[in-house]
Amino acid sequence: MEEKFFEGRVRIPSGCAISGFIHRDGGMSDGGAIIASIATMRERSNGLGGGFAGYGIYPEYKDYYALHLFYSDKVVKRECESFLEERFDIINLSKIPVRKTPGVVDAPLIWRYFVSPLPTRLAESQLDEDEFVSRCSFFINTNMKGAYVFSCGKNMGAFKAVGYPEDVGEFYRLDEYKAYSWIAHGRYPTNTPGWWGGAHPFCLLDMAIVHNGEISSYDANRRNMEMHGYKCNLQTDTEVITYIFDYLVRKRGLTLKEACAVIAAPFWHKIERMPEKERERAEFLRRNFSGLLVTGPFSVILGYKGGLLAINDRLKLRSMVVGEYKNTTYMASEECAIRAIAPVLDRLYAPEGGEAVIAEVMR
Amino acid sequence: MEIYAKGMGFEQLNEAVRRCKEQEIVIRGCGGQRFIACAGEGRRIDVYGVAGNGAGAYMESGVLNIFGNAQDALADTMNGGEIYVFGRCGDAAGYAMRGGEVFVRGDAGYRVGVHMKEYGKHIPALIVGGRAGCFLGEYLAGGIIAVLDLQNTGAPLGEEAARGMHGGRIYVRGEAGVPLPDCVTAREADGEDMCLLLPYLEKFCAAFGGDAKKLAAEKFTLITPAPSNGVKRLYVSN
Repeated sequence: MEEKFFEGRVRIPSGCAISGFIHRDGGMSDGGAIIASIATMRERSNGLGGGFAGYGIYPEYKDYYALHLFYSDKVVKRECESFLEERFDIINLSKIPVRKTPGVVDAPLIWRYFVSPLPTRLAESQLDEDEFVSRCSFFINTNMKGAYVFSCGKNMGAFKAVGYPEDVGEFYRLDEYKAYSWIAHGRYPTNTPGWWGGAHPFCLLDMAIVHNGEISSYDANRRNMEMHGYKCNLQTDTEVITYIFDYLVRKRGLTLKEACAVIAAPFWHKIERMPEKERERAEFLRRNFSGLLVTGPFSVILGYKGGLLAINDRLKLRSMVVGEYKNTTYMASEECAIRAIAPVLDRLYAPEGGEAVIAEVMR
Repeated sequence: MEIYAKGMGFEQLNEAVRRCKEQEIVIRGCGGQRFIACAGEGRRIDVYGVAGNGAGAYMESGVLNIFGNAQDALADTMNGGEIYVFGRCGDAAGYAMRGGEVFVRGDAGYRVGVHMKEYGKHIPALIVGGRAGCFLGEYLAGGIIAVLDLQNTGAPLGEEAARGMHGGRIYVRGEAGVPLPDCVTAREADGEDMCLLLPYLEKFCAAFGGDAKKLAAEKFTLITPAPSNGVKRLYVSN
């Protein structure tokens, strides 16, 4: 993670690939299928980033926050660990197991900590657990040069690197994890060079985002989120979507569908034609959160505890298809990525622009 | 000749197709490989599985049968020949088509038939058996688009259909069902209009089943550029 790998210095003209699936019956599968799925869309990536998130992977530590960190060197690791020790009960720490893979080189130090906020520090902070963890994560990412928390949810984890996604999956030994839902990303950076932290997914607490597209409204969204204490310090547009979902859902209590009606708000001329109740609601959301409207082309899969959500921009300027087979729902940029792991489907369809598709584990 | 495509990259698959001297090629196990039959000439290619993005792009002549679904950008800038998709197709099919015929049995995605154009005898045609997504025929400059809604959903078109249309014809079985822009007029298709469409319906029904004559006797809406449309003669008479 040297200086030269950081974003924002160079413009690389260039698509991305996204894929995800969830077993709605709570069934578990290892990382093999998601790797096979994303690998089908190799042409959509260029080797400058790949990543995954799995849900339900740490059942033995499910009540602890799983912090995944990149360190550029041991000095910043020591600094960061002492920061963590002062604030958390660290019940387990280890290197994240990796496998030497020719397609993944120049790896930083990659560590994992299962933690729980120290009760005294938590009480002193007057925050709830989630907010405490979120703030610590932002603090590290903002103030400790060379340290980066890239995953901090419970019973879930992100795994990402510079490389093609299938190599990244191999590198992180995803065949050894079992999850009820997986999401994946193959990166083809359009505006900025690839670095480990810039690979998708972008996570905060239990939310993880993979994204294909580019956000025209990025600066407006970023400035708005910064007013609410979110720091966009990774200099890539996708992270702001993660923070917008976190803000709208966790902090403001909107439902996921409502959050989608903010991010991909219906056009005014469509709102005018809605029945009264629906119109009032749509207008309320558009007016109150106008700074969080995300414009430009995007297709996004959001992973969260117990569910996956897929959404396109209102004009559907990026591709997205959804497939269903028995109790599994698949979402991907291309149909071939779904057929690679589920040749027979009960249903395959393309959601409308701005239509949120939600699949959740049945309770 | 048969090619088993599973595990092949798109370059490898298309190279194998190009090298083949036979007039009929069958591709089995297709898993999203791109650009199948790109700039294809004079041959018949049958694809089983999912045809990747850009299938039939720049196609000159011949027949491409896709026994499955097609992904995005089918028939991009197609010049001639025939494409039959037995499933659905993704977004942006028939973009800037200049000739040839595309028949999709199922639904079509967003932005189908954007900026198709015609000149002389070169009249592209795109027939969708199911529904079409938003922005159908955007900036249409020429050619024929037909949406049949054979499942009788009553919603054949998505929003923003025929935006900026200044040439060509869009046929919709039943009513358009969405607001149309000022630059077009919609009216019930008459006998003469249906005579123009009938040959395409016949090909559609020959491939996928159905009775073309019966279909042609049903009510169709025809969308054409409004006579007052200023864009119509901006560059050339069309």
